[in-house]
Amino acid sequence: MPSRTWRTAALILAPWVLILLAWYALAASGLVNAALLPTPSQVFGKFRELARDRLPMDVWMSTQRVFVGVALGTLLAVPVGFVLGWYRGIRTFIDPVINFFRALPPIALIPLVIVYFGIGETAKIVILFYASFFAGVIVMYEGIAQISPIYVRVARTLGATDAEIFRKVIVPLAVPHMLTALRVALGVAWATLVASELIAAQQGLGALIQNASSFFQLDIIYLGIICIGFIALAMDTALRVIARRLVSWQERIA
Amino acid sequence: MNAAVQPVRVRFDRVSVQYDTANGPLPVVDDVSFDIRNGEFISIIGPSGCGKTTMMSMLAGFVKPASGSVLLDGKPVEGPGPERGVIFQEYGVFPWLTVEENIAFGLKLAANRVPERERREICERYMRLMGLTDFARAYPKTLSGGMRQRLAIARAYAVKPQFLLMDEPFGALDAQTRSHMQDLLLQVLEAEGKTVLLITHSVEEAIYLSSRIVVATARPARVREVIEVPFPYPRRESLHEDPRFGELRSHIRDLVMQEYAAQQRQATRNPD
Repeated sequence: MPSRTWRTAALILAPWVLILLAWYALAASGLVNAALLPTPSQVFGKFRELARDRLPMDVWMSTQRVFVGVALGTLLAVPVGFVLGWYRGIRTFIDPVINFFRALPPIALIPLVIVYFGIGETAKIVILFYASFFAGVIVMYEGIAQISPIYVRVARTLGATDAEIFRKVIVPLAVPHMLTALRVALGVAWATLVASELIAAQQGLGALIQNASSFFQLDIIYLGIICIGFIALAMDTALRVIARRLVSWQERIA
Repeated sequence: MNAAVQPVRVRFDRVSVQYDTANGPLPVVDDVSFDIRNGEFISIIGPSGCGKTTMMSMLAGFVKPASGSVLLDGKPVEGPGPERGVIFQEYGVFPWLTVEENIAFGLKLAANRVPERERREICERYMRLMGLTDFARAYPKTLSGGMRQRLAIARAYAVKPQFLLMDEPFGALDAQTRSHMQDLLLQVLEAEGKTVLLITHSVEEAIYLSSRIVVATARPARVREVIEVPFPYPRRESLHEDPRFGELRSHIRDLVMQEYAAQQRQATRNPD
C-alpha cells in the first residue's frame, strides 16, 4: 500500500525535521551567540568539504575500532554471560564484581590503559572491549537466567542427551540474547568511542572532535557528533533487521 | 481390555517425598502405594497443591522419592526417558521451532532416530490427527492454547512412548475445547493403546477418561481411595448422562471436597 508507505516515511522523518527546525530557530533567535552555534547548513557545508578530505578515513577508523572492540567484547561476553546465567550458584559471587566494573566509566581507565597498553591502536581497542564486554555480559546472563527450565525438561522426556539439549534447546534459546547483547554492546561502544580516541588518536571521529575543539571549530565538532550518531543508528538498524530474520519465532522483538 | 490380567507396569511402593523449605522439611507425598497395569488409564485427583504433580514427576524421573520406590517394569525410575511421554501443564512447545519441527524434535534425537521419510510420515500423521496440518510451518506464537496443547500431545506421541503422563493437560482450555480434546485423546488411545497417568482436579474428566481413579488426600498426599470406573471403552460423550456416572461423580466429589476443606484448614493454620 503506497499511501501507508508514504505515511510511515513521513512519520519517520517528522522528528528529524522538527529537530532541524528547532536548531535553525535557535540559531536565528539570537538567544545563543552566533559564534557558538553553527547553523545546520554551516555544518552541512563542512560535511561536504571534509567528505572530500579526512572524513572518510575518520569514519573508517572509528567504525573499524568499534567493530573490533565489540566483536572481541561480545565474543567473551557470550560464553561468560552464558555460564553466569546458567549456573545460578556462581552468580551470587560474580554479580557484584561485574557490577563494580560495569559502573566504572571507561574514561576513568584511560590513564591505566596508557600505562599498560601505550597509546597505540591496542589501547583504543582495549577501552572499547572493556565497555562492550561489561554491557554485553549483563544482558546475556540476565537473558539466559530467564530461560524457562520447561524446555529442558521436555527435551529430556523425549530422550535428549545433555549434548543434544545444549545444541538443540539451549543454543537456540540463547541466540536472541546474544543478539541483544551485541546490540547493547554496540550502543555502548559508540558512546565510548570518543573516550577511546582521546588517547593520542590521529584519525577517527573522536580525534576529529578533539582536534576541532583545540581550534574552536564548533561546526566540525557538531559534524563529528552527528556522524557518530548516524553510524550507530545505521549499525543498530542493520542488526535489528538481521535479528528479525534470525529470531522471527519470538513473540516480540526487543 | 481386561486390566486385571495385564501385567503391572508401574508400582508406587510406600513412596514418600518431602521438600526442603525455609521452615524445615515439608512432607508432600506420604506413604503412597498403588499399581498401574499395562493399558490402564489412571487418574490422580485431589485438591490443588496436594502433591499430585510430585507423584507424576517421580514417574517422569524428575523427582526422587525420599523413601519407598517408584518401579517401572520392576526397576526403580532413574531419570526421564522416551518410553514415558510427558505432557506438561504449561505445554512447553518449543517456540523457536515450527509445528512440524516440534513434532519431529524427538525423532531427530539419537534415542529414537528414524529415517527422514519415516519421520515425515509420522509428523504428517499426527498433524492430521491433531488438526495441525495447515499450520505445519507456523511458529507456536501464532497458535491458540488448544492448538499448542495438541502440538504438545503430538510431539509426545511421535516418539511412540508406552506411557503417557499428563499433568492437568486441559486445565487452561475452555469447556468446548476441553471436551473435544478429551475425545481426541480417547480416540488416539483406542488406536494406539498406551498406559496413562493423568493428573487432574476435574471429577468429570477423571471419570470420563479413566479406568481407575486414585483420590489423593490434602497435603501430604496419601491415597484416600482407589475407585474402579465401571464403564467400558470406547466411551462416548453421552456417558455424562448415565445415572451411574452421576452417582460416581457425587461420590468422588464428596471425597475431593472433604480433602479440599482439609487443605484449606491446613492453609489457614500455616499461612506461608
